[in-house]
Amino acid sequence: MPDVKLNGSIRIGFYICHCGHNIASTVDVDAVAQYVATLPGVIVSRDYKYMCSDPGQEMIQTDIKEQNLNRIVVASCSPLLHEHTFRTATEKGGLNPYYFQMVNIRENVSWVHTDKSAATTKAKDLARAAILRVFHHRSLEPKRVPVNPDAMVVGGGIAGIHAALTLANAGKKVYLVEREPTIGGHMAMFDKTFPTLDCAACILTPKMSQVKNHPNITLWTYSEVTNVEGYVGNYSVTVKRKPRYIIEDLCVGCLECIEKCIYKEGKYPDEFNVGLSKRKPVYIPFPQATPQLVVIDPDTCIEFKSGKCKKTCVEACDRDAIDFKQEERFEEVKVGTIILTTGFQTFDARRVPYYGYGKYPNVYTSLEVERLVNASGPTGGDVILRDGRRPTSIAIIHCVGSRDKNTNRWCSRTCCMYSLKLAHLLKEHTEAEVYNFYIDMRTPGKSYEEFYDKLLDENVRFIRGRVAEVTDWADRPSEEGKLVIRVEDTMVGVVRRIPVDMVVLAVGMEPQSDAQAVRKLFNISCSTEGFFLERHPKLAPVDTFTDGIYIAGACQGPKDIPDTVAQAGAAAAQALTLIDSGEIELEPNTAFVVQDACSGCRTCLTICPYSAISRDDAKQKAYINEALCKGCGTCVAACPSGAIKQNLFEDEMIFSEIDGILNTGPAGTNGGVACSPK
Amino acid sequence: MTTPMVEQVKSSTNHRTTKKAIVRRIKYEEELDHSFGEEIASFAYGEKLFSCIQCGTCSATCPLSHYMDYTPRKVIAMTRAGFKEEILNSLTIWLCASCYSCLVQCPQQIHITDVMYALKREAIASGYYPRRLPIPVLAKAFFNQVRKNGRNTESWLLVNLYLRTNPFKMFKEAVLGMKLLFHGRMSLMPDRIKRRNELTTILNAVKAREGAVRS
Amino acid sequence: MKYLYYPGCSLHSTGKAYEESVLAVFKALEIPLEELEDWNCCGATSYFSIDETEAFALAARNLELAENQSGNGHANLIAPCAACYLVLTKTQHYLTSYPDIKQKVNDALDTVGLHYEGKTNVRHPLDVLVNDYGLDKITKRVKKPLKGLRVACYYGCQVVRPFKVFDDSLYPTSMDRLAKALGAETIEWPLKTRCCGGSLTGTIQEAGLRLSRALLIDAQRRKADIMITCCPLCQHNLECYQDRINRKLGDHIHIPVAYFTQLMGIALGLSEKELGIHRLFNRPRFAVTAPKKGEPVHA
Repeated sequence: MPDVKLNGSIRIGFYICHCGHNIASTVDVDAVAQYVATLPGVIVSRDYKYMCSDPGQEMIQTDIKEQNLNRIVVASCSPLLHEHTFRTATEKGGLNPYYFQMVNIRENVSWVHTDKSAATTKAKDLARAAILRVFHHRSLEPKRVPVNPDAMVVGGGIAGIHAALTLANAGKKVYLVEREPTIGGHMAMFDKTFPTLDCAACILTPKMSQVKNHPNITLWTYSEVTNVEGYVGNYSVTVKRKPRYIIEDLCVGCLECIEKCIYKEGKYPDEFNVGLSKRKPVYIPFPQATPQLVVIDPDTCIEFKSGKCKKTCVEACDRDAIDFKQEERFEEVKVGTIILTTGFQTFDARRVPYYGYGKYPNVYTSLEVERLVNASGPTGGDVILRDGRRPTSIAIIHCVGSRDKNTNRWCSRTCCMYSLKLAHLLKEHTEAEVYNFYIDMRTPGKSYEEFYDKLLDENVRFIRGRVAEVTDWADRPSEEGKLVIRVEDTMVGVVRRIPVDMVVLAVGMEPQSDAQAVRKLFNISCSTEGFFLERHPKLAPVDTFTDGIYIAGACQGPKDIPDTVAQAGAAAAQALTLIDSGEIELEPNTAFVVQDACSGCRTCLTICPYSAISRDDAKQKAYINEALCKGCGTCVAACPSGAIKQNLFEDEMIFSEIDGILNTGPAGTNGGVACSPK
Repeated sequence: MTTPMVEQVKSSTNHRTTKKAIVRRIKYEEELDHSFGEEIASFAYGEKLFSCIQCGTCSATCPLSHYMDYTPRKVIAMTRAGFKEEILNSLTIWLCASCYSCLVQCPQQIHITDVMYALKREAIASGYYPRRLPIPVLAKAFFNQVRKNGRNTESWLLVNLYLRTNPFKMFKEAVLGMKLLFHGRMSLMPDRIKRRNELTTILNAVKAREGAVRS
Repeated sequence: MKYLYYPGCSLHSTGKAYEESVLAVFKALEIPLEELEDWNCCGATSYFSIDETEAFALAARNLELAENQSGNGHANLIAPCAACYLVLTKTQHYLTSYPDIKQKVNDALDTVGLHYEGKTNVRHPLDVLVNDYGLDKITKRVKKPLKGLRVACYYGCQVVRPFKVFDDSLYPTSMDRLAKALGAETIEWPLKTRCCGGSLTGTIQEAGLRLSRALLIDAQRRKADIMITCCPLCQHNLECYQDRINRKLGDHIHIPVAYFTQLMGIALGLSEKELGIHRLFNRPRFAVTAPKKGEPVHA
């Protein structure tokens, strides 16, 4: 960018915008323009109705060329709206865009004050401050860094699967990392999905297959990310590949080893069936697990515990795929963008002991019931209780661990719908009377209200009332041996006691228990509720405050499958904008270390929230990575030697601005006296 | 009005023979007291009164809700809406045993029990309770005894209560009373503190200040 | 640690046995206890129904007296009666949370030269025995382990709600652990904190009785030999109306109800007289040794 020759003098162009009536009705823009014209260095001082319009911008460009201006100040709205617009205009006029300074006299003045004369004075003060500041601006170049086209998706549920496929189909190389032995996430555990009652596995498994077979996707299951270094476009990620004790290239998933395992029957709680059935130490999570590989659990396998197993599994495997000596290995890959799709966990129902989960055997969580009604579940789809009986009456309790300040205050969004679905499925699978106890029926999605309508016709008893307790205390003979629900039927207005055989708790969705650890790994934030924090709740739901890292799905907040898939696609698209632009431009408001003044004291290293500062031990000087630096200014303030400065926020600039506001500038008196610029 | 007898509504009640009157029931805005809700909410811990989502957990967990004419949830709704007459005249506020179950379970963490106390106080202050309803009578008798002696003596408290509500009850309870006396669990001597004046001064100071505030 | 003792009005009449057993147990364990001098009624639920600030002032006087009597300004005030315990704790909390109420109360107290600083810690004897003294030490002092005795531990409301001071509000375990430390068995029952009816047995008797009845029937159904409580009103409600309930509602309730300190005293080898056992309507005869094979356990 060619620099305009300065001739040793500062020539400032000042523009004040009317913004229609927004500014002009409160601030006397004419008076401000006339006042600013008297300030030192101001060559041009204009007011205009809409500075952001084409004629407004052209005015700036023309003035720069014709009047040889080398500084521009615009007093209008918030920089968040039009700083970029005016910087571009400045650049088009032939001036380095960082010679531009913006003054906010709309959000900061006209929109918050009613006293016109006070508002005008304030506008003059702010304008004066900007004029004095802009003297010290220097020309800066934004840094451009190349973007690595490869991407990583962390978490292999439906969100991760969809995001990975989208990126892969766009021709990018994707690493999909999942910590369970198979992808599929929670969706693989569901029986049918609302509102269409599609079989979850039937719609999911084709996508899982696509992932497995896609040439652009490197699928790493039973793996976890352990370290992330770098910055947007240039991340270096370390992934730990946990040992399955199976040689992946040899295993074909014939499952003979499981059949022939020294354990005749399963003994350990099966995680996929939420503990409702048992598995052997060697297992495959579910029949359609992707990849189709077996896993050996070292915590329960006899060979690992005592070293003295007959190893019938090894005998059974005719491909010699079992390797007890396998070790964990670490892979380091370079990617440009990362999408986090780590999902959710269900609320632990033991935190609400008044519902009896864990105390009474026939109290289930909704996830357990999904497995119970599933044809490939522990009971083959037959609803048989833990004590062997078949239920004649079932209670489904909504809002367990949701909308409750004593546990989780948010609404988990999916529970009303899945409770309706479970009511339907339980009606189908049993002859039982089904009750749904709810506070509000939340059915916001497409065709969801229709689904509720359908359920209303299915003879399900809907009672509006939050259940206070599930107890086995019988008040009458008819309640003996049952679980009694005590609830106020708020519609009718009376307290009721309803004995049932089975209770289903619609547990809410909450962040994963290691969400804090994961977010620290990737240098993003969590909201107060513990979900990953999006950049803007309305306009940037899949971006984070860390460039190059995106979030999608339930890890960002509770949501159903359609929204999850939509977000996954959105995150992939955001990643693609970065990747396809090839390089990114970083705002140059970064800090830098004046090496001569640095004493190597290390104060700045630990306080940087973005881990952007490192120390060159040989030279004993600190060094700031411009790509990671976000320009927060913490190190600038903290450096005891004053060795760190920040572009666009240097000391002289800030002090001048303060002088301008307080009118204590060089020989500054109201009306402006000429002073010699630096 | 005598002590309300707890009527067990039997399911076998023949509704066909019971005479039912047709009553016109509609509430006009000018009949409500819209500042009532805010007044009650201004007492200690009443602030969250307006956060109620009407879930009904309080009524469901309240062990006395079976006997209440308005369940606790309804009381909150009616207080917010300004149904002052109905609430202060209700039996609910007196039946509350302050067991705090509702408060502990409420998902919005509303201090329902404290709201009930505030309503009790309002009812007594405005004279809205039935004269022979034992619970407020007991509260007043208790209050007077403590004011006078600094402590209360259960035997005399109960005598006071029965005399004011239903004297025949004294005879019914005489057997139990004798049994307690025999087991040394009833004292007939009124229990008093030494520095009664001190206590009276303190309580009068509070009363004077509140009186000044109210007037 | 010095403990001050606040009996409350009930412990001088219907709760006499509670006072006797608390004092006896603390003496046996050599925990020094000094009665609060010239304590006044805490106000219980009734005073709060009439005037809130007066009620706080009434309770605050006791807290103030405790601060003075403790010598160093920090007092541990033990209140066995559950209602007194709650009112005093509530006063402590509310005066801290609402400075304007505290100001009003102190203005009133100032007229007699007292000033509430907020340095009194209100404790329940169950808390002190289980947490301060310690269950291990108690087990060591047990002379007559209560083997074979099935105990229903009933907490009631006021000790555990609304403030979770030393135990959970709906599923507490202190008393159960104490009973186990004394060698007894405890029953698991869902009603251990359900209201017994409180003062309603005196006013709206049918309502109060029904609530107590639910507790008694369930405890008996689960084959409890004895029920122990930590509140004098609960003990009174649960014990004194069993015959009446049986008559009116056709039940067959016959279960002794004692204070937890009485049970503890027996296990520590103290005499029935000093524990006030003779004051109970339904005198439990404790099986203090393991029953012979085939012999039923008597309570």
